[in-house]
Amino acid sequence: MLRRYLRLMGVRLRASSLLAMQYRADFIVDGIISVFWMITALVPLFVVFQNAGRDIEGWSFGESLLVIGWFTLLQGVLEGAINPSLTGVVEHIRKGTLDFVLLKPADAQFLVSTERFLPWRATNAVAALAIFGYAFHLLGRGPSLVGLGISFVLLGTSVLLLYSLWILTVCAAFYVVKVDNLGYFFTSLFDAARWPAPVFRGALSFVFTFIIPLGVMTTFPAEAMLGRLPWSSLGWAILGSCLFAFVSRRLWKRAIGRYTSASS
Amino acid sequence: MSARSTLRALPTLLRVGTSEAVAYRAEMVVWFLSTTMPFISMALWTAVARYSPVGRYDSQDFVRYFLATFSVRQITGSWVAWQMNYEVRQGTLAMRLLRPISPLWSYAAENLGYMPLRLVMVLPIVLFSVVQLGAGSLPRTAWGWLFFFLALLGGWLITFLANVAIGTLSLYIESSSRLMDVWFALFLVCSGYLYPVELFPPALKGLLDWLPFRYQIGLPVELMTNAHGLGEALSLLARQWAWVSVLLVVSLLSWKRGLKRFAAYGG
Repeated sequence: MLRRYLRLMGVRLRASSLLAMQYRADFIVDGIISVFWMITALVPLFVVFQNAGRDIEGWSFGESLLVIGWFTLLQGVLEGAINPSLTGVVEHIRKGTLDFVLLKPADAQFLVSTERFLPWRATNAVAALAIFGYAFHLLGRGPSLVGLGISFVLLGTSVLLLYSLWILTVCAAFYVVKVDNLGYFFTSLFDAARWPAPVFRGALSFVFTFIIPLGVMTTFPAEAMLGRLPWSSLGWAILGSCLFAFVSRRLWKRAIGRYTSASS
Repeated sequence: MSARSTLRALPTLLRVGTSEAVAYRAEMVVWFLSTTMPFISMALWTAVARYSPVGRYDSQDFVRYFLATFSVRQITGSWVAWQMNYEVRQGTLAMRLLRPISPLWSYAAENLGYMPLRLVMVLPIVLFSVVQLGAGSLPRTAWGWLFFFLALLGGWLITFLANVAIGTLSLYIESSSRLMDVWFALFLVCSGYLYPVELFPPALKGLLDWLPFRYQIGLPVELMTNAHGLGEALSLLARQWAWVSVLLVVSLLSWKRGLKRFAAYGG
């Protein structure tokens, strides 16, 4: 069973890569645009710290760069692996072609989630590494080894969280008819993740910790790299992401169950 | 198509836009929620200004600035480039061309038709800003009000015309959505949407004065919050309307030339 799905995944990855290679001009343009995006993502940080001239809520410039690094990495995952497929679902729902997906002899959630990948988004991972390197250069020390290990685990939980949140957004697409904006909505929310979580206070801090756990996705791994993440936080991150995955899976099942195709 | 019949059709088109907005109100709410970036900026900048003011902005000024930014964005928004792109790809632009009125007018009317529903969302926020932060959240003088509305109109025109100019490119290169993404990224950083333009390093700020972006959001917001004296406001307003006229010429030219290439594939 698992082997079958892994093979299926391999086939689809290959298909996406071939598709991306086919349009070479697009490939290059997309690469350039993705670099451009990363640069614009850094501008706000410079402006904020230039004007503050000090630490912000206990985060120095170098430390905040680590958060941006994680933001860049996750943005790559989001826009390269999660976004394209799931934007496809929205289109399927609208056109009524989701029926064909549901008829196939494999899990529908798996099928829609692996429909399309944008391989050139891997540039984000490279950029993230460069940002990490520069950040630690500014901080004048290396990451703690245990911390690196933990941050790898947290990468897993963050991706799981992102994916679950997207599935939840897609479930909303079954109920809201015109949904072009949903993807945009999600991306703009994710944008808050570029700042260290302590910046947000009051209601926003509650929302970004428990309802849309952006703080967990980027601030926790950055803290782990700095070697100051408490073990309990790691536990909560794992528990929380599993909970989100469980809830999103249940809701997806329900949404599919209630789905009546567009033509009927 | 005579100007008179266009004018006669306009109220109907506006009504169509409004009823469309009402029909897709859930989508409106989603869009409303997806433009909450000013609130995130607000949280961030009030944290920065908690101990000492930044430039001439203290925490309260930042709250006022970003509430104004949010409101202005709602009013000056336009999404025609995406719409055109979609309609060219699907071939449905042909339907629009069959009507005895220029599609540009119908796009503009549809955009403006959304205004009443948007005002419903914006007015409470402006009211909140005035109650919480005092009368400084709105223009203090008569000319201030006049300039504010002019800047608001100019801001919308720049957004709309830039959308048209980029949208018509989809008639040449099949998909202009990537170019729109670039424009949009520049808009986010350069328009004063993420932070007041003043906070940029001086060299960069000088450049921004010559780009169209800050006149989309920044100028109306600054005029709303009384940031400029009469002379400065006048010169900035002049630059804004210079951009409006440049974009008007560019978008009309590219529309006329692009239309000749439209082949309605798929339609």
